[in-house]
Amino acid sequence: MADFEVAKITKGYVSIPKLKEGTMAHSQPFIAKEKFQVPLGYPGELIDNWKEVVIEKLKELSGKYRSLKVFLDSCIKCGACTDKCHYFIGTQDPKNMPVARQDLLRQVYRYYHTFTGRLFAKLGIPGFVGAKELTKEVIDDWYVYFHQCSQCRRCSVFCPMGIDTAEISMAAREILDQIGVGQKYCNEIIEKAGRIGNNLGLPEPALLDTLEGLEEEIEDDTGVAVKLPLDKKGVDILLVTPSADFFAEPHVDGLMGYAKVFHEAGVSWTVSSYASEAANFGMFIGSYENMRKLSLRIRKAAIDLGVKRIVFGECGHAWRVAYSFLNTLAGPFDFLDPNYPVPQHICEFTYNMIQNNELTFDKSQNDDMTLTFHDSCNVARASRMGDEPGGQFKIPRAVIKAACNNYVDMPSDTIGESTFCCGGGGGLLTDDLMELRVKGALPRATALTHVTNEYGVTHMAAICAICKSQFTKVLPYYGFTMDQIVSVHQLVSSAIVLSDAPKDNEESDETDAA
Amino acid sequence: MATIEVNGKQLEVDEEGYLADLNDWEPAVAEVMSKAEDAELTDAHWEVINFLREYYEEYQIAPAVRVLTKAIGKKLGKDKGNSKYLYELFPYGPGKQACKYAGLPKPTGCV
Repeated sequence: MADFEVAKITKGYVSIPKLKEGTMAHSQPFIAKEKFQVPLGYPGELIDNWKEVVIEKLKELSGKYRSLKVFLDSCIKCGACTDKCHYFIGTQDPKNMPVARQDLLRQVYRYYHTFTGRLFAKLGIPGFVGAKELTKEVIDDWYVYFHQCSQCRRCSVFCPMGIDTAEISMAAREILDQIGVGQKYCNEIIEKAGRIGNNLGLPEPALLDTLEGLEEEIEDDTGVAVKLPLDKKGVDILLVTPSADFFAEPHVDGLMGYAKVFHEAGVSWTVSSYASEAANFGMFIGSYENMRKLSLRIRKAAIDLGVKRIVFGECGHAWRVAYSFLNTLAGPFDFLDPNYPVPQHICEFTYNMIQNNELTFDKSQNDDMTLTFHDSCNVARASRMGDEPGGQFKIPRAVIKAACNNYVDMPSDTIGESTFCCGGGGGLLTDDLMELRVKGALPRATALTHVTNEYGVTHMAAICAICKSQFTKVLPYYGFTMDQIVSVHQLVSSAIVLSDAPKDNEESDETDAA
Repeated sequence: MATIEVNGKQLEVDEEGYLADLNDWEPAVAEVMSKAEDAELTDAHWEVINFLREYYEEYQIAPAVRVLTKAIGKKLGKDKGNSKYLYELFPYGPGKQACKYAGLPKPTGCV
């Protein structure tokens, strides 16, 4: 199945692996060609004066972002982060220890932008203070190892100084883009989203055709005409969801779940073809400008359609951008109804209805499954839901439990704020990084194996398009099947009782039997 | 840029083997590509490939999985209108492998 070695899971927990230097030195994604670089404002290929530009850009970023400077200055080399990265655990490559990854950028920062670094460089022993001169080899190392970080921030939870490797990784990618060494997967997608409105490149007619097909499917299934409107003006809610929700499985089952919830709520809503994407890849490459451009599409769509509220679908890093940055990127949203959070997560929406007893579920519809929940990294560690701390952990679980009878959590050090990344986040969900993706999923696969063996778990739910696609693809390497990954709102969709469903359903059959 | 040889012509492909120019496609392209991956194309494969091409021509994008399964189900019977059947035909995923054989660009995004 694979042309690389896949670990065999023999026990229910991961241990600190033996180091194997350089095992992932060969792993790197395709470099973006000119046609994907230039529209984003980057040079088409490696520029001649790359060295000056890197040094200058590093100075600019560490001057502009106080956080970056603190992260580069404050590592005390305590080692707490070393065994916390799923890529380190899965690959055994010491350069995937978070501190080692940070040091790739830190060494150059020290050499050029700190007093001690410059001093010891003059004395001929820069390595004494962890400084290193910038060479092409250093740049190559950046490209390899900053594309082995999914920016999931697990390491930062354990760092006593609070250093966030994700931000260092984003800065490194931004610098690489500035010298013409961008990553194909991310930059092709950003270009497409900026031109067509979503990462897949679904134009309006295809979107319409797809949504109409889903309406038919729901009506065939339930007898109820649940609508999935597109570009409808003057409605209550603009739904912004990852375009994978239109395109892939199990994502699409989640989308049908949102539609049913909105239907039961009696709210009017729409998808926008102009802003038909929640996932903002500008964040992955650390580009404020690109992140802002994509966010402004959502603002424009909300204004043009005259909506009162914005709700985001199941998408991990979209929720980070939405929850943490949308207001500063594309705000103020003073034209929306102030009685609702801007933006709101679909899980919050459904949860509120459950709390108010406004949804009815037939949980037995999900009795063929025993569920567990994978906390997506960006939701878990970079955002929140609801009004209380930890709402991002509590709310999705409450939604699942409202729709299912059988639920078990995975071990506590692998969920919540300590959740392991799926292994495909941060712009790494591309086939040219398949070895990395499979190996990076080892800790999650191990935890899932544990609850499978101990508690009979059959399915894992997630609220992120990347997590869903990644698991569908890589968990089979660990002996699972692709259909064991489900959307949270897929469970809602299966169990929800539509109040206007025709009466001649199974329920009446049961009554007859009684 | 890399190329593949089809009927004596050199056709440009990208890093992952997808045709650079959709207009270069002819049935022999699918044959050459599948042979390189040790896959044999049956009539069932061709149903999918032809539908992908028709859909792309109309919508400038590959069909979403539910659009594809529904269309195949209508054509070949309900038992075949599901992704399990499509994965049996195209183990690497109908979205990617079948698109490649059909000369379509690779679907991008969180898929």
